Amino acid sequence: MALTPLEVEAIMLSLRVAGWAVLVSLPLGIAVAWLLARYRFPGHSIVNGLVHLPLVLPPVVVGFVLLLLLGRQGPLGAWLDDWFGITLAFTWQGAAVASAVVSFPLMVRAIRLSIEGMDQRLETAARTLGAPPVWVFLSISLPLMAPGVLTGTILAFARCLGEFGATITFVSNIPGETRTLPLALYTYTQVPGGLDGAFRLMVIAIVIAFAALVASELLARALRRRLEG
Amino acid sequence: MLTVDARLSRGEFALDAAFSAETAGVIALFGASGAGKTTLVDAIAGLVRPHEGRIALGDRVLFDSGAGIDLRPERRRIGYVFQDGRLFPHLSVRGNLLYGRRFAPRERRFATLERIADLLGLEAMLTRRPGTLSGGERQRVALGRALMAQPDMLLMDEPLAALDVPRKAQVIDYIERLRDEMGVPIVFVSHAVDEVARLAGTVVVMAQGRVAAAGPAADVMARLDLDPLAGIEAAGAVLEATVESHDAAYGLTLLAVPGGTLRVPRLGLEPGRRLRVRVRARDVSLATAEPRETSVLNVFRGRVVEIGPRRGASVDVAVDIGARLTARITARSADALALAPGRAVYALVKSVAVDPASLVQAEQDDI
Repeated sequence: MALTPLEVEAIMLSLRVAGWAVLVSLPLGIAVAWLLARYRFPGHSIVNGLVHLPLVLPPVVVGFVLLLLLGRQGPLGAWLDDWFGITLAFTWQGAAVASAVVSFPLMVRAIRLSIEGMDQRLETAARTLGAPPVWVFLSISLPLMAPGVLTGTILAFARCLGEFGATITFVSNIPGETRTLPLALYTYTQVPGGLDGAFRLMVIAIVIAFAALVASELLARALRRRLEG
Repeated sequence: MLTVDARLSRGEFALDAAFSAETAGVIALFGASGAGKTTLVDAIAGLVRPHEGRIALGDRVLFDSGAGIDLRPERRRIGYVFQDGRLFPHLSVRGNLLYGRRFAPRERRFATLERIADLLGLEAMLTRRPGTLSGGERQRVALGRALMAQPDMLLMDEPLAALDVPRKAQVIDYIERLRDEMGVPIVFVSHAVDEVARLAGTVVVMAQGRVAAAGPAADVMARLDLDPLAGIEAAGAVLEATVESHDAAYGLTLLAVPGGTLRVPRLGLEPGRRLRVRVRARDVSLATAEPRETSVLNVFRGRVVEIGPRRGASVDVAVDIGARLTARITARSADALALAPGRAVYALVKSVAVDPASLVQAEQDDI
């Protein structure tokens, strides 16, 4: 079965949105996970709570908050527009932001677990060999937490591909701009005679999700082999 | 010259240690578990900060609470070989060895990969991962890795403690080669007398967080008054033994040790039980002909490995009976018997001399 141009468009858009969302939130996710795992500071629980909030809030609420903050009239949105000419509302970049926020807790949790499971004494050993802290992080900590980073990235990517509520609330359902695969599927179900199209998208979604899982499993296995020798 | 003066307290434990030592060869930090040896080397490495004190290596001040100096570990140029090796699991042996090289000033580089690999016998394993190495190989790589950072001094915190006896012997050979060929001063932490006796030129004895004695190895080790302080019998050997059987009629227990059977006063242990027996050097005598009609039950055939330096009237003679046994005999006897390395001898151990308190059950030992 050949894909129709509309399907290709939805798939490519979904991959682009999820890809950018994960790419941009990854450094921040590592930083926040590191902060939560390694430091005890006043407000630790508050930061932890804020990070996890999107996990328990209805996505529609997240989308609405984003609309209020980042919409063209919103305080942050207006500032971004004035200073950088960046518009997030009703653009695919906005869809990426919505996905990133919703998937962020999953990413942070997985990375934090791997940081907490890491043998800190290896970092100490690296410092006695003359390595400054930044180099220790890049050459020892980061490779050792790579399996957790990978898991977090895949989880977040999958969550982004499935993102619906926050996206439709924040950036609406604009063909070619914000109509990702789940939104396209939803749209099909809302029009008469759209069930065939919806069915095809469902199959595509399952194939993509499954491929991502298999790829991550293979990667994780390769990483573990590297670590264990 | 290494000058250390460090005071700190952590809960029940208080460290108040000061010594200075020439940095030629090996300085042994010797003492029972909990004496503060590791805390002290951690302070030298910069991993633990003393509340007050001063630590200097030659004219380089590493720590001085009065002057507000506290170099970070990566600035101290002090190599550290940990008890557990701590190799980087994601790097090959070569990657581990080369890790610290880039941080060493170019003009100070004395250790090259070729030289270190050759010295420690690592050539064949350069491409392997730490996960595939045996315990002894791992410690050799850890030694090489610390040296490749071109340190001014090397700290070793019980680097042999996690190894079994044959591997211990192998790694200690390599440490000896490092000592003799690299010219890097070594601080060697240990609670094993034989290791200290073999490696160290200077011994610092620690007990309860304080320095109980410090000085040239021969002088310090000969001070038998330090035994209770160090919690260890200073001169002697440790044999790995297995309970073989009991001789009920005479109240004896037969222990299988390397080189034969050791009869000791009866022990309340099951046959098959493993333990270590410490045989004090002064309880071992030597004979060059097979002794007959002697009251001594334990006679082992062996060969002289090494004759220690003379201390007063006595010398310590190391004899290989399958394991190392040390005999403390008079220098006069040594000369009369013409003892020399390689000479076949019989080592006699009086059964009653083996003090039940010197038997350490392997499971309970912290080695």
